[in-house]
Amino acid sequence: MVFWIIIILALVTSAQLMRVSLLAKKIGNKREEDITDSDNNLNATLFGIFAFFFLGSVVFMIMKYGNGLLPIAASEHGQDLDVLFNINWVIVLFVFFAVNSVLFAFAIKYRGKEGNTAYYFAHDNRLELIWTVVPAVVLAVIIIFGLRTWNDITSKASDDTRIVEVYGEQFSWTVRYSGEDNKLGYADYKLINGENPLGVITPASLDAAIEGMSNTVNDLKAEISADSAGTAMYSEAKSHELVLRMEKFGRIKERIIKMKSHYTADKLTVADDDYMTKLELHMVKDQEYQFIFRSKDVIHSAYFPHFRAQMNVVPGMRTKFKFKPIISTEEMREITGNEDFNYVLLCNKICGEAHSNMHMIVVVESQEEFDAWKKENTKAPITIAQN
Amino acid sequence: MSAHAHVHHKESFITKYIFSQDHKMIGKQFLITAIFMAIVGVFLSVLFRVQLGWPGESNSFLNMFLGDTWAPEGVMHRGIYLGLVTIHGTIMVFFVLTGGLSGTFSNLLIPLQLGARDMASGFLNMISYWIFLLSSVLMLFGLFLETGPANGGWTVYPPLSIFEETISGSGMGMTMWLVSMTLFIASSLIGSLNYIVTILNLRTKGMKMTRMPLTIWAFFVTAILGVLSFPVLVSAVVLMLMDRTLGTSFYISDVIVGGEMMEQSGGSPILYEHLFWFLGHPEVYIILLPALGLTSEIVSTNARKPIFGYRAMIGSILAIAFLSFIVWGHHMFVTGMNPFLGGVFVFTTLLIAIPSAVKVFNYITTLWRGNIRFTPAMLFSVGLVSAFITGGITGIILADSALDIQVHDTMFVVAHFHVVMGLSAILGMFAGVYHWFPKMFGRMMNTKLGFLHFWITIVCAYGVFLPMHFVGIGGAPRRYYDYSVYEGFDTNQLEMILDLNVIISVFAIIGAIGQIIFLYNFFYSAKKGQKATQNPWKSNTLEWTMPVEHIHGNWPGELPTVHRWPYDYSKPGADDDFIPQNVPLKDGEEEH
Repeated sequence: MVFWIIIILALVTSAQLMRVSLLAKKIGNKREEDITDSDNNLNATLFGIFAFFFLGSVVFMIMKYGNGLLPIAASEHGQDLDVLFNINWVIVLFVFFAVNSVLFAFAIKYRGKEGNTAYYFAHDNRLELIWTVVPAVVLAVIIIFGLRTWNDITSKASDDTRIVEVYGEQFSWTVRYSGEDNKLGYADYKLINGENPLGVITPASLDAAIEGMSNTVNDLKAEISADSAGTAMYSEAKSHELVLRMEKFGRIKERIIKMKSHYTADKLTVADDDYMTKLELHMVKDQEYQFIFRSKDVIHSAYFPHFRAQMNVVPGMRTKFKFKPIISTEEMREITGNEDFNYVLLCNKICGEAHSNMHMIVVVESQEEFDAWKKENTKAPITIAQN
Repeated sequence: MSAHAHVHHKESFITKYIFSQDHKMIGKQFLITAIFMAIVGVFLSVLFRVQLGWPGESNSFLNMFLGDTWAPEGVMHRGIYLGLVTIHGTIMVFFVLTGGLSGTFSNLLIPLQLGARDMASGFLNMISYWIFLLSSVLMLFGLFLETGPANGGWTVYPPLSIFEETISGSGMGMTMWLVSMTLFIASSLIGSLNYIVTILNLRTKGMKMTRMPLTIWAFFVTAILGVLSFPVLVSAVVLMLMDRTLGTSFYISDVIVGGEMMEQSGGSPILYEHLFWFLGHPEVYIILLPALGLTSEIVSTNARKPIFGYRAMIGSILAIAFLSFIVWGHHMFVTGMNPFLGGVFVFTTLLIAIPSAVKVFNYITTLWRGNIRFTPAMLFSVGLVSAFITGGITGIILADSALDIQVHDTMFVVAHFHVVMGLSAILGMFAGVYHWFPKMFGRMMNTKLGFLHFWITIVCAYGVFLPMHFVGIGGAPRRYYDYSVYEGFDTNQLEMILDLNVIISVFAIIGAIGQIIFLYNFFYSAKKGQKATQNPWKSNTLEWTMPVEHIHGNWPGELPTVHRWPYDYSKPGADDDFIPQNVPLKDGEEEH
């Protein structure tokens, strides 16, 4: 109701304004294209007011939100990145204010007046050279600073880094720590089932997967033969689908068997000391972490805003990102004055309807606190008994 | 070819208004269709801005338009929220700012400003419009499907867009999207080929390439960009169709969806991203260049000065076009691509800022010591230059791969591209409509309402997008239904996001209502506006030398001959402050 009233009001207002304007034109014997000096003055004045509020509002927002804007950088490279941010902001905001001001100033100053003539000025090579070269030089500076930081961030991890896997699926995160050997056990999506949520490869998980596939194929086989024997009545499409599914799982089973032959004994034990959790991601302060990302279904993006870290999580691929947290959660709570503050891992690539809920709390703490937490809250990635 | 064959041409209602092969009518058809699509696109944005401004609050307005399925008890459903965002993006990018902007003004102005009787192929031109209309209808139809429209974001990244199990819109809605886009691309390709051929072959006597108005240069380069990049999107779409229907694995590898293990292995979703952005980035300039072209013409005419640095303007159009093909990777800095490659894309991307800066400075110098006449078109053009500056500089932040890590896929990106490409292009489109309205409808739009429309639009547009930058830098991801997750970890940040989102939504709603002034002015003036004179803006280009009344073939009798460039405004020694292109040089007069 309110909606239609607003639409009708807007239309009526437009119509009234139109009538008044047309009447005024008729009386003054004016044409639409006759822009009078007072029109120009009016618009020039409005440009002045607009420029004031436009540029002023940016200043206001920087003052109001500037400090709390970027969350405080809690990682080592994040602090370098903030320096880079500041260099860029200075350059970019200078250009923003200067060029917009000149634009509006010219629009106001050179507003048309009856009898004035514009200055015929078609080109000037020197001027054009200046504003090609100056931006080029400024951009060169930006590029050099930017790439230096970029190369640092994406460089190889140090030797004492700890390797952690972050696994994304609709709509939750799972974390797997690499344990004593600092190596993540091998994994494959074909081994994923209720007892092996990450598809970690061990002798037991391989056998269980093969057996699982065999069972699925046999179940389907039984269903199909029952169907063709006439005890179960399926539509033709459904029967056809059953056959296709049986064939598909048969092929997947063959692939697992083939895969098994590639895994030598030493590869099969890497996963033994891994441990995982779906609760929280805990990290030790001042310890560098190398994150490996995998996805089960669609593209997600692991976004740690406080650590200035982001990497897409792509099915069928292993992506990585490294960073070193340098402020613990406790310290950060003091800095922000917010007792309930927490670091977070968000999903930042549209991944389905509950995309905006996909997150995990991140905690940075001391080694002792980490060990205590680990004991209570993590478990082996596989619950299948080793035989 | 004799002019008479064209002029005395019997036309029925159907051949004149419906299946018209006349470029002027086709231009108007594109414009009216685009206006309709824009109304839908903007309205969708109002719906999701209501959700973002007042998340989860019951609103009878939402229920009225989304019904009980998508807004039970007035609370927006999560799936339709993403669907609205997706279709809003698709409609605005492709149907309004590509089809609408290029379709309208390339069709109207290419033959008129070149002194041609019509497009090279009137028939193909008509086909181009009808395919465009069909694809528009299909895109809108998606909104009425039971499972909802495509809702994986306008970039429709796989595997989300492939498996219905991952999101409901990836079923029929996505099929509709793909079919509609395929048709759209066909329409766009046919149109672009026509524009290129016309510009190369049908210039009137004396219309050298270096005497063409910058509008035509912009349309020409835009058409080339389209012809080179849209086929890549077709291939991306076809591969996706095969992944969806034939069980191929171009974009899929090792996934489990809806509990079902998929067999496909060895594909890569990143391949799709490369193909998509290989079109996607030139697409930004397909949208932007025509708007800049229109602005060049309008700024020069209304500042009563030649455009400053005509050749530099052409050079920068060409440079932007070339560079636009080698920067697509900047959309993919955090996909895990090789960091060295990322560095290369940083370099090429930031290079684009140079020709862009040249254009801005040239516009500003054109204003310098001008005698500026603030027509509504001129106001919108000045607005465009401001938006181009404001949006361009945040592009520098995003092009810097290290900084992109933090702001990638946040509302900062949304604010950036809305200002630099959405706002700039839509302001350019409005400027074009106000300026060439007399050429389209033989009548004038009301100037006072035009002023009002401009001021409401520019204030609301910045009111929406300036705060949005701050929301983004604060770490708010885009395509979030709400920011309630922040409750669990940072309430300070949440408060800022919520506050600013209310401001943004209020401006968005007022701005959308403000467009009614334009619509009223447009349709009223088309019927009852003041009758136009032949050259109301005292402009130099050829379209203002033809009669107000539209005739098939554009000029009665001979086509005009061109003797000079189109920017002889306020030339010293001339009687008037403008000299149309068909006026011969005086004795001893230098060309420019």
